[in-house]
Amino acid sequence: MNASVDTPETTAVRVTSGAARRIRLRGLSDRSIAWLFITPTIALLLAINIFPLIWTIQMSFTNYKANMGWLRIKNVGIANYSDILGDPDLWAGMQTTAHFVFWSILLEVVLGFALALLVNHKFRGHSFWTTVILLPMMLSPAVVGNFWTFLYQPQVGLFNYLVNFFSGIPPSSFQMIGDVQLAPWTIVLVDTWMWTPYVMLICLAGLRSIPDSIYEAAEVDRASAWRTFWSVTLPMVMPFLMLAVLFRAIENFKMFDMVNLLTNGGPGSLTETVSITLKRAAFEKWHTGWSSALAIILFVAVFGAANIYIKVLNKVRQR
Amino acid sequence: MIPTSTAHSVVEASAPTKWISGAIVVAYALVTITPLLWIFLTSFKTPADAIAYPPKVFSEASLEGYCNLFTIHTRQTPEFMATLPPPDGYCARIARERDMVIAGPSKTPGRLMNSLVIGFGSTFLAVFLGTLAAYAFSRFRVPIKDDLLFFILSTRFMPPIAVAIPIYLMFRQLGLLDSYLGMILLYTAVNVSLAVWLLKGFIDEIPREYEEAALVDGYTRLQAFWKTVLPQATTGIAATAVFCLIFSWNEYAFAVLLTSGDAQTMPPFIPFIIGEGGQDWPAVAAATTLFVIPILVFTVLLRRQLLRGITFGAVRK
Repeated sequence: MNASVDTPETTAVRVTSGAARRIRLRGLSDRSIAWLFITPTIALLLAINIFPLIWTIQMSFTNYKANMGWLRIKNVGIANYSDILGDPDLWAGMQTTAHFVFWSILLEVVLGFALALLVNHKFRGHSFWTTVILLPMMLSPAVVGNFWTFLYQPQVGLFNYLVNFFSGIPPSSFQMIGDVQLAPWTIVLVDTWMWTPYVMLICLAGLRSIPDSIYEAAEVDRASAWRTFWSVTLPMVMPFLMLAVLFRAIENFKMFDMVNLLTNGGPGSLTETVSITLKRAAFEKWHTGWSSALAIILFVAVFGAANIYIKVLNKVRQR
Repeated sequence: MIPTSTAHSVVEASAPTKWISGAIVVAYALVTITPLLWIFLTSFKTPADAIAYPPKVFSEASLEGYCNLFTIHTRQTPEFMATLPPPDGYCARIARERDMVIAGPSKTPGRLMNSLVIGFGSTFLAVFLGTLAAYAFSRFRVPIKDDLLFFILSTRFMPPIAVAIPIYLMFRQLGLLDSYLGMILLYTAVNVSLAVWLLKGFIDEIPREYEEAALVDGYTRLQAFWKTVLPQATTGIAATAVFCLIFSWNEYAFAVLLTSGDAQTMPPFIPFIIGEGGQDWPAVAAATTLFVIPILVFTVLLRRQLLRGITFGAVRK
């Protein structure tokens, strides 16, 4: 694998250095330069992404257990797939994931779009406060999940204290992470905190892409503010909003790090998103064959969504 | 167009509107920044103050969290403590007050070092490969260009845990588990997709005329690339490098599954900073603060390029 990655790369380096070679390469055609420059990247991606993917497909038809290499690997056909698709626990996990994806995105879109509309009024200091709002989005989801467990501590955590301060509910009467009712909302809340700025930033770009002349035309036509919003602002921002929603949906569908550190899928398996199920199956139970099949199912789902995302991306780029 | 007074302009918001929007946005910003400020404050508290109820906003400043983060300390018997010479240094004195002695440095510096080596190593490789590929995609007619670009970006969307299963087996076979080389190659592969797309956007914006002039002057294509395109792409390359660095710095899923010691980075390490009787919150907060500050600085520096970064170069404002 190393060799296939290094060879074209070193060639490229050699090409740019060494005066003698430069003269020899004067005739190097644009076409060969293009391939020389592209091949290393493609080779790396083939080695680190596509080869493993093919291996995963192959393993998904076996009963392989990676921690017991001495067992004879048996071909089980599509048994893993039919087992997964008929597994009620897994469908419960899918529902957990769907709950998380739906509510976090809904909150992020409402808050993010509203903030973008407000920031777009360009009040004094708007760029400073925008930067402040953007900060959570750049942090490590794992580190965020970890420090929110501190904020969510029952009795001593800042979150429970603030809830008590504003509502009078005793801080020790509820625990966000340990409670069956509340735990699914803890991950929604943290995700919303972290990614609302993402939606805001993209919506803001959408708002700024609307030419002033359209608003002026609406004014000439005596369109109400409400009408202008529905007929001009919203349709013009929609492709951008779609971009944000699709990207967040894909990312949250495969969410692992933040949830793993915040709730670790608990209590029980109540906040176990599909990625956490997959980690438990692959790296704790070592059902490698079974989890390969689940991985392939995830790949297909994510790849389909990513396909749509890239189409929207190209559409927005033409604006 | 006839200039109109601002009072009638539909584009410029009225003063009260601005005032109200400003107030709401500032309120949201203050709420959103509170958790971060809280972690920052906690890192300067004593362990008792960190879990006091009601929470203490202002407490006696202490560097105990930072001391505990960088040292290992052990509890000793009073008889043994009595035989010791007076403590040297701030951390030793704090430890002594808690009936402990410092037994040596902790794993933290090593983990920070791992994060830096893997972060910079993978960033360098990804930006190097990305610049070459982006230049080729930007300037040459490459067959199946759109398909290749689609393929490159689609690898970015693969769920990390799903990828980690075969990568784990592959690295185990090649002896790359828990190694710098393995993690650098892996992060390079993840970052290179972003690098190609972002840099293609930046290079597309550089007028072709410069290169064409250089080619007319007798430069080869490679010299033209080296002497005219690269110098003009430095801002784009720097921005791309920062995005790659932040990704590698923050990455957790691969790190927790594929490293355990020698090459373990900060994100999987921070949650396991524990003191006597559970998590040592001031030390965790101290680690989080040190870990997060570089990202905050870069975010502020990068704020004009953020939009490009999060949309793979498609939206440029």
